[in-house]
Amino acid sequence: MAEHHEHVNCQEVVERVTDYLERALHPEDAALVEQHLNLCDGCVSYVDQMRTTVRTVGRLHDDAVPADARESLLAAFRDWRCT
Amino acid sequence: MAQAGVHDRGATADELELLARLRAGDEAAFESLVSTHYGTMLAVAQTYVRTRAVAEEVVQEAWLGVLKGLDRFEGRSSLKTWILRIVANTAKTRGVREARSVPFASLEPEGEEAAVEPGRFCAPGEAFAGHWCRYPRDWQRLPEEILLDRETLQVVVAAIRALPAAQRTVISMRDVEGCSSEEVCEALDVSEGNQRVLLHRARSRVRAALEEHFDG
Repeated sequence: MAEHHEHVNCQEVVERVTDYLERALHPEDAALVEQHLNLCDGCVSYVDQMRTTVRTVGRLHDDAVPADARESLLAAFRDWRCT
Repeated sequence: MAQAGVHDRGATADELELLARLRAGDEAAFESLVSTHYGTMLAVAQTYVRTRAVAEEVVQEAWLGVLKGLDRFEGRSSLKTWILRIVANTAKTRGVREARSVPFASLEPEGEEAAVEPGRFCAPGEAFAGHWCRYPRDWQRLPEEILLDRETLQVVVAAIRALPAAQRTVISMRDVEGCSSEEVCEALDVSEGNQRVLLHRARSRVRAALEEHFDG
């Protein structure tokens, strides 16, 4: 993203949104995205949709380990401890 | 291994403490290690083998490798990075053996992929070229129950399942399991830039699936 436009349009914002959220944009490019967001409610909604998507995907997190896997791993740990 | 070791500052204090307990044979410490990393390991394994069942076998095998190496682990990388590399290597070997290997090249983002259908923006040459024809919906106005209901989660699960393997792995590691970008890069041996492209495509596709679900 080396090229610096004077402004970015919506189609460019949707391609930069992950770099923007990951804080991976050059400061000049991040400033262009922010300038755009100050003027465009559509892109504000889009960025919010991406944030909501990330949050919703995060709800799939589950620390549970299948019972049979857990049992056989514990057995392996006990074996290992005895060697 | 361009990225390996660049960001990893070694085992954390918590990991070193856990390591001491593991070496002392503390079962609770092992159980906690397993539940912390199991989901991430499964995501990594599924990059290289096709079915969930085989991925589970790979994870089991990787844990045996972890136990075998535990006494020699020196803490120069984080414990997590070390474990994820073991599972990645185990899965690659298994993938090759089964002749179902995901070729390395496919961990690189392929071709071009628009985050949003180009038809949703004004066409080049029009007065507002590249601007939304119609604004995307404001999801803040959706009733909270819709965002949280089972059906919505099922849409997300299905959308992630339908992703190309590399995209699925990256979104699972980052957004489901909470890994850092560095951890993903080191486990999969991809560059920061490619990791971000894969994450971007994956998130964009899941967003599109949610949009279709909400807009009907």
